[in-house]
Amino acid sequence: MQRQSWFILLVLILGFIFLYAPIVSLVIFSFNESKLVTVWGGFSTKWYGLLLDDQQVLDAAGFSLKIGAISATLATILGVMAGYVLVRFTKFRGRTLFSGMVTAPLVMPEVITGISLLLLFVSFDELLQFFFGVQLGRGQLTVIIAHVTFTMSYSAVVMRSRFLSLDKSLEEAAMDLGARPTKVFFVITLPIVAPAIVSSWLLCFTISLDDLVITQFNNGPGTTTLPQVIFSKVRLGLDPKVNALATIIISIVACGVLISAFWMRRQERQRQLDEQMAIRAAAQAH
Amino acid sequence: MARHMLWADKLTNFLLAIGIHPRWAVIIVPYLWLTLFFLIPFLIVLKISFAYSTIAQPPYTHINPDSDNGGISLNISDSYGRLINDWLYIGSYLNAIRMAAVSTVLCLLLGYPMAYGMARAKPSTRNILLMLVILPFWTSFLIRVYAWIGLLKNNGVINNILMSLGIIHDPIPMMNTDFAVYVGILYSYLPFMILPLYANLEKMDLSLLEAAADLGCKPLKAFFVITVRLSAPGIVAGSMLVFIPAVGEYVIPELLGGPNTQMIGRTLYNEFFSNRDWPTASAIAIAVLVLLVGPLMVFQRYQDKQMDGAE
Repeated sequence: MQRQSWFILLVLILGFIFLYAPIVSLVIFSFNESKLVTVWGGFSTKWYGLLLDDQQVLDAAGFSLKIGAISATLATILGVMAGYVLVRFTKFRGRTLFSGMVTAPLVMPEVITGISLLLLFVSFDELLQFFFGVQLGRGQLTVIIAHVTFTMSYSAVVMRSRFLSLDKSLEEAAMDLGARPTKVFFVITLPIVAPAIVSSWLLCFTISLDDLVITQFNNGPGTTTLPQVIFSKVRLGLDPKVNALATIIISIVACGVLISAFWMRRQERQRQLDEQMAIRAAAQAH
Repeated sequence: MARHMLWADKLTNFLLAIGIHPRWAVIIVPYLWLTLFFLIPFLIVLKISFAYSTIAQPPYTHINPDSDNGGISLNISDSYGRLINDWLYIGSYLNAIRMAAVSTVLCLLLGYPMAYGMARAKPSTRNILLMLVILPFWTSFLIRVYAWIGLLKNNGVINNILMSLGIIHDPIPMMNTDFAVYVGILYSYLPFMILPLYANLEKMDLSLLEAAADLGCKPLKAFFVITVRLSAPGIVAGSMLVFIPAVGEYVIPELLGGPNTQMIGRTLYNEFFSNRDWPTASAIAIAVLVLLVGPLMVFQRYQDKQMDGAE
């Protein structure tokens, strides 16, 4: 037994070194004076200054944040609905197809999702051209639709597991008191699952912010997203400005994850307290 | 609160007034969205894979350029014929399957002991380790792949360290090789392997192992007979989460692989963007989908089973 646990401990340590060493080296070399990214030439923060002067990067970051916020909001609305349907409506015609369409985008290779959506938009434009003589083209709208389509699956999975673990007694109590199902959903169910909605939004936002391949297919020439700019720089080789940008992104994400984990744990505890109090109050009222 | 309720009531009344039961509205909206933007696009890909490549905007046509009558014809030989006859396509197709399969095995070999160690750790450590596994997943995928360029290059961090320690005298060429692609896939997809395995191993009934030990079973044998077998659903789910997207991977072979590291996702991308041959790119997409139907169904079954188990 002892030998076995030593082996497991060793693999765990090596595994986490493997997961974090590249990130650590990326951060260290973002403070490198030398233009040769992997050769240490002294401490400097000049790449951060140069990065903040790079208008292309700033514009792309702004565009990415906007796309991310809009698509995360739409994807979460659709994801809440899809997750609710999967858990609560166990029998309706076409349910198998529905659950397949919800989970398949999670693993579908990005090139396939990307090309299929693009061909849809192109075909749609052909129809528009034929009937009305106009075209939508590609740009913000098509990128948002594409991002909503593949991120809503992540939202649906998060919401599905939340709805599965939901205690139905509060909803049933409200129903007994005469509230209609829609009202119960908005007044009782949604507030209870609010933390899961927040984490689903954050997940969709991050995934949208991160996507390269699907965006490459569906974005027009006018505006570029941050991953598109990073990709065009990285293709040419190492660039210390990308290291600086990566360090900024990693710090924001690390702070965000820590804060939201802390916040969600508090919310969860509060929710459990509220539920217990409600149940106790209901028991006393009887 | 009161205003909130009024709004919900108004929504119900509105939906009922236009003849839609709220229950159906909840189903129809995501259903329509997914049908329009996920299902129908595949049918369009199928349609365009039978078209002819041409120099136009968009660059395909359903009219056979070689026939005189100009009739619309279904064209099977053009793009699919190219796929079968050109070794580039078959080679990159098989290579993608091989590399995705090897990467999946590598992820399993590293991910299983990690998930096992996490699941057997103290509950307080467990949550921290879980967060450490998830954290890289939240940072940019592109940047994590980029990080490996700095490590693997000839004058990169790994070669520099090995050379300064005197272990090697000439840099080991690692960048732009298949090895770099394996490292990249293993690195990017490892969390997808660990998480379902961890979820599975964490809720395993440990009394089974005690019972086996009481009956004289050696720990290592008990591990393979009981733990591994009980965690089979987790192994399958993790493997599908790695294998399916890895088959179509574009960014990793493009950034870390060499010019000879052809994977089918990269071929599709180049066919589409560099050659502007949309029908061939569509035919490749269909070929990949045909390959992935089986794994996708396995993944789907696992998802459904997981839901039934939780209910």
